[in-house]
Amino acid sequence: MDQYIDIKVRVWRQAGPKAQGHFETYELKHVFQGASFLEMIDILNEQLVAEHKDPVTYDHDCREGICGMCSMYVNGHPHGPDSAITTCQLHMRKFKDGETITVEPWRSRAFPVIKDLMVDRGAYDKIMQAGGFVSVNTGGVPDANAIPIPKPVADEAMDAASCIGCGACAAACKNGSAMLFVAAKVSQLALLPQGKIEAAARAKAMVAKMDELGFGNCTNTGACAAECPKSVSLANIARLNREFLAAKFKD
Amino acid sequence: MWLKDSSIGRKFVMALSGAALVFFLLFHGCMNLALVFSEEAYNAICRFLGANWYAVIGSLGIAFLVLVHFCYGLYLTVMNRAARGNDRYAVTDKKKGVTWESENMLVLGFVILGFICLHLYNLWYKMQFAELTGIETGVFDPQNGAAYVKALFTEPIWGQVYCVLYLLWFVVLWLHLNHGVGSAMTSMGLNNLKWQKRVEVISTVVATLVVLPFTVVALYYLGMGIAML
Amino acid sequence: MAKKEDILNAAKKAAEVIKEKVEQVAEREEVKEAVEAVAAAAKKTGKAAVAAAEELIAPKAEAPKAEAKPAAKKETKIITPADAKIPAGPLELKWTNYKNHQKLVNPANKRRLDVIVIGTGLAGASAAASLAEMGFNVLNFCIQDSPRRAHSIAAQGGINAAKNYQNDGDSVYRLFYDTIKGGDYRAREANVYRLAEVSNNIIDQCVAQGVPFAREYGGLLDNRSFGGAQVSRTFYAKGQTGQQLLLGAYSALSRQIGKGKVKMYTRYEMLDIVLIADENGEKRARGIIARNLVTGRIERFFAHAVVVGSGGYGNTFFLSTNAMASNGSAAMQMYRHGAYFANPCYAQIHPTCIPKHGDFQSKLTLMSESLRNDGRIWVPKKLEDAKRLQAGEIKGRDIPEEDRDYYLERRYPAFGNLVPRDVASRAAKERCDKGYGVNNTGLAVFLDFSEAIQRLGKDVVAQKYGNLFQMYEKIVDENPYENPMMIFPAIHYTMGGIWVDYELQTSVKGLFCIGEANFSDHGANRLGASALMQGLADGYFVLPYTIQNYLSDQIGVPRMSTDLPEFAEAEKAVQDKINKLMAIQGKRSVDSIHKELGLVMWDFVGMGRTAEGLKEGIKKIDAIKKEFWTNVYIPGEANSLNNELEKALRLADFIEIGRLMAVDALHREESCGGHFREEYQTPEGEALRQDDKFSYVGCWKYTGEDSEPELIKEPLDYEFTERKTRNYKN
Repeated sequence: MDQYIDIKVRVWRQAGPKAQGHFETYELKHVFQGASFLEMIDILNEQLVAEHKDPVTYDHDCREGICGMCSMYVNGHPHGPDSAITTCQLHMRKFKDGETITVEPWRSRAFPVIKDLMVDRGAYDKIMQAGGFVSVNTGGVPDANAIPIPKPVADEAMDAASCIGCGACAAACKNGSAMLFVAAKVSQLALLPQGKIEAAARAKAMVAKMDELGFGNCTNTGACAAECPKSVSLANIARLNREFLAAKFKD
Repeated sequence: MWLKDSSIGRKFVMALSGAALVFFLLFHGCMNLALVFSEEAYNAICRFLGANWYAVIGSLGIAFLVLVHFCYGLYLTVMNRAARGNDRYAVTDKKKGVTWESENMLVLGFVILGFICLHLYNLWYKMQFAELTGIETGVFDPQNGAAYVKALFTEPIWGQVYCVLYLLWFVVLWLHLNHGVGSAMTSMGLNNLKWQKRVEVISTVVATLVVLPFTVVALYYLGMGIAML
Repeated sequence: MAKKEDILNAAKKAAEVIKEKVEQVAEREEVKEAVEAVAAAAKKTGKAAVAAAEELIAPKAEAPKAEAKPAAKKETKIITPADAKIPAGPLELKWTNYKNHQKLVNPANKRRLDVIVIGTGLAGASAAASLAEMGFNVLNFCIQDSPRRAHSIAAQGGINAAKNYQNDGDSVYRLFYDTIKGGDYRAREANVYRLAEVSNNIIDQCVAQGVPFAREYGGLLDNRSFGGAQVSRTFYAKGQTGQQLLLGAYSALSRQIGKGKVKMYTRYEMLDIVLIADENGEKRARGIIARNLVTGRIERFFAHAVVVGSGGYGNTFFLSTNAMASNGSAAMQMYRHGAYFANPCYAQIHPTCIPKHGDFQSKLTLMSESLRNDGRIWVPKKLEDAKRLQAGEIKGRDIPEEDRDYYLERRYPAFGNLVPRDVASRAAKERCDKGYGVNNTGLAVFLDFSEAIQRLGKDVVAQKYGNLFQMYEKIVDENPYENPMMIFPAIHYTMGGIWVDYELQTSVKGLFCIGEANFSDHGANRLGASALMQGLADGYFVLPYTIQNYLSDQIGVPRMSTDLPEFAEAEKAVQDKINKLMAIQGKRSVDSIHKELGLVMWDFVGMGRTAEGLKEGIKKIDAIKKEFWTNVYIPGEANSLNNELEKALRLADFIEIGRLMAVDALHREESCGGHFREEYQTPEGEALRQDDKFSYVGCWKYTGEDSEPELIKEPLDYEFTERKTRNYKN
């Protein structure tokens, strides 16, 4: 049964991209465990605003685990200590009375902090712009049922496609690698006949962009998949490697 | 060159060099196993692998692989640390399903490398090196490898210390390979949804297979040494 | 009928008399005379005219020196089919004819034309990508950190199309008809038919982009059925259809950004539209003023046309299923520049949301409507059981079968738990209002799977609904396999929006509006799986054509400097508004005022509306507006990243929208779709349309900050369908 708890929140405060950041600890009394983690931050911000202090800046939007906007590193885990959820789906019942909760932004060179807990994940968009698409223009496409796709293949593509681009994979990775993110998109499109045609070029272009943007090198630790809110599988990384190596050897 | 400039290229180099070294170790282990059955047989192999041109090329190849594997490992780690950015997480917690060894491969690699140096000095220097250069580095004939091995590991006290140190080394090696083999397979694209669990098992099996013969030999000499005390 | 006409004529006559008199008089007595004259005229014409006349005169009596404006105000303008640019000809040929005869822009000229697209949801992203593919230069703006985060991503269920892959008799006409009927005959026929026509192209396009729709074992696309239709025409990708479709559009957009044809501005919020008069003095949309949300800088952007796809305004209610940043400010900016706001009162309330659990709640989570396929909705029969549930003394499973009231099955035997959204929502509210609510707030009903688990087995239920059950358990911390789930209605979608013609152009030249932001296709109620269809239809297949009909005349217009006085003035106005907000330095946080507005909206402009309640609501909204503009506190600086300022700017507009919703709801004296006036219901409590009086689109024209908006009507003539009363009983 959900109770009311008193907690301390240790939050990373950083005024701007170049400013020196530091931790600030706030006490929150009487927080209902049925509240979501972000609602707890809302309560904290209301408290800060009431004290005429600067509220904690953080990214959030849909609050139902699909937009990929929320991005907090809570007690040593991206999206907090619960599995297969985003921060907005984390609830206060995961925490105990009297606990001190540490909240940090994603830390990765490719995701510079904008303010407090808000980071710039534009790098993921740039990777997508490099090749995360099928080159078809609007109109002039065949009938949707013209090419049958085996159900297991379509299902696997769907699982890869469920990535929400939140950045937890790179944030969790000790190497700051974006491999799972890239692999999910490359896999989805390589599995489907519509995307297969450009698969080689896509893999090369997206990996090149990823490297260029300063992400690290994957060492297959599996932290990304373990922390992925959508449980995107590590197997996608193997497929990306396969696609990429095949493309390179063909050249 | 994409093997140097792209992250997957670098992974591939690590995987390939690592895999080759695993094959070498498998061979080396089997060869060692001969010691348990017949010192004669072992010495026959030693002779076979002495100063012949193919043995020399092989040895150089292995040295090169180790160098590549080491340099790339170092290079990758430096790059990866930089990719994490300047600020580190204040709190880190164990992530479910992420093994300790997978996050500490460089440390394990260093330990292994250190032991390789010791091992080269202890045995290789007195065997193949002596035979190639003609310099006298040991008391026995360079082709009598079995005698060197026996001397090293059965010497009272020091022999047993070496045995235990080598056994520890094998544990480190096992950890390194337990992640390394599966990781190499994934890096080479040999993995998928269905095989994910299997690759993990294969990795453990290969790591164990590699380490087992060495361990048997070490235990054999440890036993012999204790018996001789 | 004759009688009605007489009354109308007499009322008009009366109005003329008043107009004459008022114009003549400057003295109070004389105004009184006018009143008397009107009263005399009204005696002949009956009560209606008296009321009308009194309404006209009342403000005059207090301010006799004013002009005769009120009299003129009553002459409602009418939008004709010609104004709405609806092509002539039979329904099924309208769109084809339009395309065959519309003007196009040649490739060389496309390069010289810039288009601003606001929003990157299904409509915005698909429009931006398609326009760029054609060769236009596109400037695309979104408030999130990436175009992939627009709230279209949260749509779960699916997307409709008239493919008839299931061979169950579906057709373009049937999809058109279902949409018109589902919208309670308050949508424009020509638009809806076009929507149904292009629905098939959407599916083809998405599949070609690599959208992983669900498939059958034969490898062909799978369909599911959805509320309001007798055929299976809904395509889906797990429970994440919106996400997959948006990512498809996002990938097309990304491709164009990579090619440099789209310039993407993320974390930018439009704060005003800039209109510049052409040589004939006609004002045209020529750019926007936007705030860089990271730096706080106000920037100016020029384009030959502006397209707005900024979504709906459901967050007026504070609690809704919308994302936190979803807002109606873009719509209000258009409205203030003369674009009509159409049918603002049509808001859809979704019946299967997770109930509110506390005052700190920030949003409501939707669970897919598909749950109603197997779940049974009930409340206790006995009030004392409900009381004990509310006190937490017992759980749902403790109540025996015979004491449960499956009220939907009881009231609507034919459709049972599968009645449309508005009907299910109102029925839940009715039970809770009577005190039968089942949680601590008394605002929840049960959605029970125990019977389905018995019938199908737990495994089958888990396979079908497992992910939803898991989501429910994460949020509520209760196992839905053991205890019935609790649900309650929540604001989900707004059918109303900016009025657009057949070309999706607003009443301002060069200003277009697409997706949920416009009013066009859903009438008074939207069917499930139709929002995705409309967003993508507008963005991929309609706007990229129709906008050319406008732009073809603009090829001679050079790129304009943003140093023009019109830009400077607009920027100054925005800056002044921000400065004004920052200077208030009151005591209340933005959210606290927004929550207050939300409660007023829910209580007075929510599911069951009355004239009295709406009037009361308007008063309360006015009070909130005053409170906001005198007592809000915004910390930080205006010229830096400032979330509270962003929220305040949006809330300022929500307050205006809330009022507009109430005004529209008050004027629409009927019940239809998402708009339910308690005075207009059948004896059984069903919605009662007043087709003779209200079969029109209610468009509101902005007349000034503190004056009432002007009503303009677009009559809805049903040429090709026959109006029927929706019936879900038998």
